[in-house]
Amino acid sequence: MTADRASHVIPPSADCYHCGLPVPRGFVLSVAIDGVERLMCCAGCCAVARTIVDHGLTAYYRQRSALPLREDTVPAAVRELAAYEIAEVENEVARQDGEHAREATLMLEGITCAACVWLIEQRASRLPGVLAIEINYATHRARVRWDTRQTRLALILSAIAALGYRACPYDSARAELTRRRERDRALWRLFVAGFGMMQVMMYLVPVYVTTGEMTADVEQLMRIASLILTLPVVLYAAAPFFTGAWRDLRALQPGMDVPVALGIAAAFAASVVATLTGSGEVYFDSVTMFVFLLLAARYLEMTARMRAVTAQEELARPAPAIAERYTAWPAADSAMVAAASLRRGDYVRVRPGAAVPADGVVVAGESELDERLLTGESRPQPKRTGDQVIGSSFNLGSPLILRVTRVGQDTMLAGILRLLDRAAAQRPRIARSADRVAQYFVLALLMIAAAVAATWYHVDPSRALWITVAVLVVSCPCALSLATPAALAAATGALHQQGVLVTRGDAIENLARATDFVFDKTGTLTTGALRLIGVVPLGTGELKRSRDECLVLAAGLEAGSNHPIARALAAAAPAGIMCTEASTRVVPGMGVEGKLDGIRFRIGSAPFVAELHGHAMPAELEFVTDDVTMVALGDEHGWIALLTFADPLREHARHVMDELTALGKTVHLLSGDRPRIVAHVARKLGIAAQLGGVTPEAKVAYVQGLQADGAVVAMTGDGVNDAAGLAVADVAIAMGSGAEVTCGNSDVILLSNRLDTLLEAVRQARASLLVIRQNLAWAFAYNVVAVPLAACGYVSPLVAGIGMAASSTVVVTNALRLWRRAPPPQAAVARMLAPAG
Amino acid sequence: MDIVYLLIPLSLVLVFLIGAVFWWAVRRGQFDDLEGPAYRILMDDEISAKK
Repeated sequence: MTADRASHVIPPSADCYHCGLPVPRGFVLSVAIDGVERLMCCAGCCAVARTIVDHGLTAYYRQRSALPLREDTVPAAVRELAAYEIAEVENEVARQDGEHAREATLMLEGITCAACVWLIEQRASRLPGVLAIEINYATHRARVRWDTRQTRLALILSAIAALGYRACPYDSARAELTRRRERDRALWRLFVAGFGMMQVMMYLVPVYVTTGEMTADVEQLMRIASLILTLPVVLYAAAPFFTGAWRDLRALQPGMDVPVALGIAAAFAASVVATLTGSGEVYFDSVTMFVFLLLAARYLEMTARMRAVTAQEELARPAPAIAERYTAWPAADSAMVAAASLRRGDYVRVRPGAAVPADGVVVAGESELDERLLTGESRPQPKRTGDQVIGSSFNLGSPLILRVTRVGQDTMLAGILRLLDRAAAQRPRIARSADRVAQYFVLALLMIAAAVAATWYHVDPSRALWITVAVLVVSCPCALSLATPAALAAATGALHQQGVLVTRGDAIENLARATDFVFDKTGTLTTGALRLIGVVPLGTGELKRSRDECLVLAAGLEAGSNHPIARALAAAAPAGIMCTEASTRVVPGMGVEGKLDGIRFRIGSAPFVAELHGHAMPAELEFVTDDVTMVALGDEHGWIALLTFADPLREHARHVMDELTALGKTVHLLSGDRPRIVAHVARKLGIAAQLGGVTPEAKVAYVQGLQADGAVVAMTGDGVNDAAGLAVADVAIAMGSGAEVTCGNSDVILLSNRLDTLLEAVRQARASLLVIRQNLAWAFAYNVVAVPLAACGYVSPLVAGIGMAASSTVVVTNALRLWRRAPPPQAAVARMLAPAG
Repeated sequence: MDIVYLLIPLSLVLVFLIGAVFWWAVRRGQFDDLEGPAYRILMDDEISAKK
């Protein structure tokens, strides 16, 4: 590191010295830094720079290697901090640590280089009452401890905010802590075993290489040293095997730990006896080595498992702890409160860049929300008045005002987490049968080992023990037990990333074997939301209006309504033209009447509009009323326009049907809608088997009829009207729109509402089944080869340990391929562009 | 060769000592952040006496 290396960053003189953005013309804010007046671009930067200078921390500017993130929201962030003044919020995020001390983990935003870390640490540690602050540069997390008599969390957070960084308490710290502890413990055991193994080798190598020149008592000394080093390996590192075996034996269900524990114990005990009596061979090196190898295989498996749950961890993370609640909506007064204290019907404001505190409905504002963590949908979702928003999604655009509809355990996020827990708790059928096989396998193995021991005792007593140990260790029931759960965990995790939630253990297997896919129409193959498909202006003479004028008039009349037609109109009305203001009156079931410039207008069903002016509907237009929804617009003098709406097909619907057919599946369309419409949709999608006008009971009968013919039925519905059909199907797939997710009747939920994810789920399920079969075949083949070899005495305990660890590793690695299989969209495009063949 | 009677027990003690030191280091979080301290050494801890 040379002193003249310019690691610090100085922006061009015309730009803001603090953040590097151009200084607006005529703006004359500046701060003296190290004796030089530096220009600032805004009051925010100015305040931050002054804080830094006032605290003698200008070394930051000399050392920084990147410019800070620009924080326009500093005043807002400071306001938010007021919430941490509330005692209950502080209690929630901070742990009591000693009588007057508390500790909290903070998530820091805005750290761009190591100088930021220094800056925050220096500033915070000089606050009165702060006992310690440690910032991890790699994870951007800080651990802070403070004296509760002298300071509060809110003061610390505002001090950090005054520097231009954002700090917020890290919520899922506890979950992460337990996970880290588990990993640390496993790593420790691995370290002890590895360290012991190397040292034992060191003592035993001289015994192997020297021939006769070592005196008996030196050799004895080496053996005792090895024994002492092996003790921690067997007692600490191998403890999980012994406790596992003991648990299995007490439950009378011999699992995969029993032969391993037996092998380790036998080898160790025999070596101890040999050492103490000073006769016979010692195998401390073998014992330590296979403990090490087995632990390494376990560690690998654990890492794989943890990777599969990261998606869940991410889900739990963004839930915000505080919310901005309006004290008396629609008055503008608001206060920061703990998110946990929100109730149904509260009105909250969600600032851009903040997470939505609870499920709700937009009452004002228009923005885009990132729901990626919840639905796997990577595109920001536009939201406007009347739209549902999901708690924990991120507001990317402008401020939104929401009415809270669900809180706490009723939210969609809580529902998803519950379903995930359920899926994790259930052992799928295929895993249960593998476990049963593994159990018999262990029993058989123990008997084989006993037989081998007895036989070799008669043939060559000196080798009997070691061959028995080799048989016990080389066999790999682990591969048999791991084969299925490892694959299913990887597949579930990968699917969740794409917005497919698997809520039951058996779902993947059933989905892979499904032969018939039954679809509902409304809300499943179609979006379930109306869309304007046509405008027919009907006015003549002075009543003649253009298409756009008709649309604007219709949208204006419906502006106050939240009916699907009103929303379709609002979406279709040409941009840039202001909707007319009209005093409107809604007639339920009929339409809307409004007054404009003294003329009464009506929009709604044809008879409702006809009532106003008394003219009959032009006869030539009667035919359109069949497979589309028709709305008429008129005033006191006559018809103005006829608007037609239809429920459009979902994106990818045709593609998904074609692909399913190509995979050899039969696709069915069942709907309660009018047969003519159903037939029309079926034709458009190329579905041969279709049935319209079906009651829920008839759907059940239809599914059961298919099952009676030996079909495995996967039914896809939107979760409400299809509940009965979904319940009898082998795999129930639900579209994840809102409330229905939490009903929990389904096995698979398409959170992003995209049909192409269903296709991905089917592919992933088939790949999983293939991997499971490969794994089982490998485990079987390995054992069939290895056990006889070991029984015949061709395998030393050391090689047995290596073989066993390798076998488990192969199984886990093969399962992890499923995780990698999931193609990101770009990869799919690249594949399409690549030359064929 | 008599020295081995001393060296072998000594090496045992060393092994456990090294193990204990490593355990202490991990417990104290010495390996948690391998990047930050490298930069931290460059920063002055004292307030630069600016007049």
